[in-house]
Amino acid sequence: MNAALDFSFVSWSYVSSFIVKGLIFSVELTLIAALGGIVIGTLLALMRLSGKKWFVAPAAAYVNLLRSVPLAMVILWFFLLIPLLIGRSLGAELSAIITFTVFEAAYYSEVMRAGIQSVPKGQVSAGYAVGMTYKQCMQLIVLPQAFRNMLPVLLTQTIILFQDTSLVYVIGAYDLLKGFEVSGKNFNRPAETYLLAAVVYFVICFSLSMLVRRLRAKIAIIR
Amino acid sequence: MGKLDWNIFFQDTGGGQTYLQWLMHAWGWTLAVALLALVIALAVGSLIGIFRTVPNKALSFFGEAWTELFRNIPLIVQLFIWYFVLPRIFPPLTQVPGFLLAVFGLGFFTSARIAEQVKAGIQALPKGQRYAGLAMGLTLPQTYRYVIMPMAFRIVIPPLTSESMNIIKNSSVAFAVQVSELLFFAQQAAEETSQGVVIYLVVTVLYFISAFVINRIAMFIEHKLVVPGTVGAGK
Repeated sequence: MNAALDFSFVSWSYVSSFIVKGLIFSVELTLIAALGGIVIGTLLALMRLSGKKWFVAPAAAYVNLLRSVPLAMVILWFFLLIPLLIGRSLGAELSAIITFTVFEAAYYSEVMRAGIQSVPKGQVSAGYAVGMTYKQCMQLIVLPQAFRNMLPVLLTQTIILFQDTSLVYVIGAYDLLKGFEVSGKNFNRPAETYLLAAVVYFVICFSLSMLVRRLRAKIAIIR
Repeated sequence: MGKLDWNIFFQDTGGGQTYLQWLMHAWGWTLAVALLALVIALAVGSLIGIFRTVPNKALSFFGEAWTELFRNIPLIVQLFIWYFVLPRIFPPLTQVPGFLLAVFGLGFFTSARIAEQVKAGIQALPKGQRYAGLAMGLTLPQTYRYVIMPMAFRIVIPPLTSESMNIIKNSSVAFAVQVSELLFFAQQAAEETSQGVVIYLVVTVLYFISAFVINRIAMFIEHKLVVPGTVGAGK
């Protein structure tokens, strides 16, 4: 095989016909799974910290179960189970969105748990002392601070999530990586397209993590 | 949902072995990939972590660049680079089995995370220890060897425990470069037998067991090496 890499096939029409579609799905998957995961994860964290056995045990089981199975295996499980449960296939893309939301909730819940625990206990006591209910305490005092304290960690986890979306490869969903792969087969240039994929993922993730680093410094100064 | 048929494990795959035998081989590959990659990751990660704390500008830049490079590209893409791109650029690599390429890919990927922990461990030590070593006339490498690293390694062991569990989970990505490990088995066998639920259950349990055993071993080491008077001691 010719050793020199040949990128002559790259053009705007190449990008628009193979890559954009995949990139849009990867970003969509990341955003939906991040938002859904943070909401479910926060609920799980509240359950685990509630001190009530009937809430703590299921939440702990959910988080520990999902955290000990490889993500690719979880993706396979959902792709197999969803059609068995609802009687029809949802397609790889929708199946991936459900899987990632459920899976990432376990990871976000650990972040939120640390965030909630970072708020001094005295503030909750103060809330109760002025007559607030549990719900008001959480909503008005604890959660806003927990989110703020954990914002850099939540964003870092979201960058990891974006990288992990490439694992939808296992069920063949059309994401950013798939876009590069399909085009590599099309032009018979697999090495070149995988290299491009690495560059694109690197540029996106590196610049986002630089932004998070800045944010972290900014928050650190204000506090 | 169809009936769960556990007997499929005693059926022949058509290749002269039963699915059970194939499963056991696949488990072996998973453990082999994970453990070999862990060795590489610990060696490379420690070195890079040390680089990131030395006064030499070039070395610490190299360490930073290494960490960012291997941390910001998805593992599956890194494996494709090892498998498809590097052999194109360095033709001798075509002679190397895909299994080893996957080991290096996973090892280097994990080395970036380990470097981060090692750096944090070194920085957690009081600066005075470094100065004391240098003041006594030790060279910088000697200071690292006899003063800093013996402490730093013992501090970073707890995070390394969780990293060793991650490496078992991450080894599943090697399916993408045709390494016949557990996830690859799960995918192939489920397709051949249409007994996906049974196959996935067994494979998931094997991942559990592997991660659990690694965790126990790591916790045992952790317990033996804990520095008295630090967090985690006294339990």
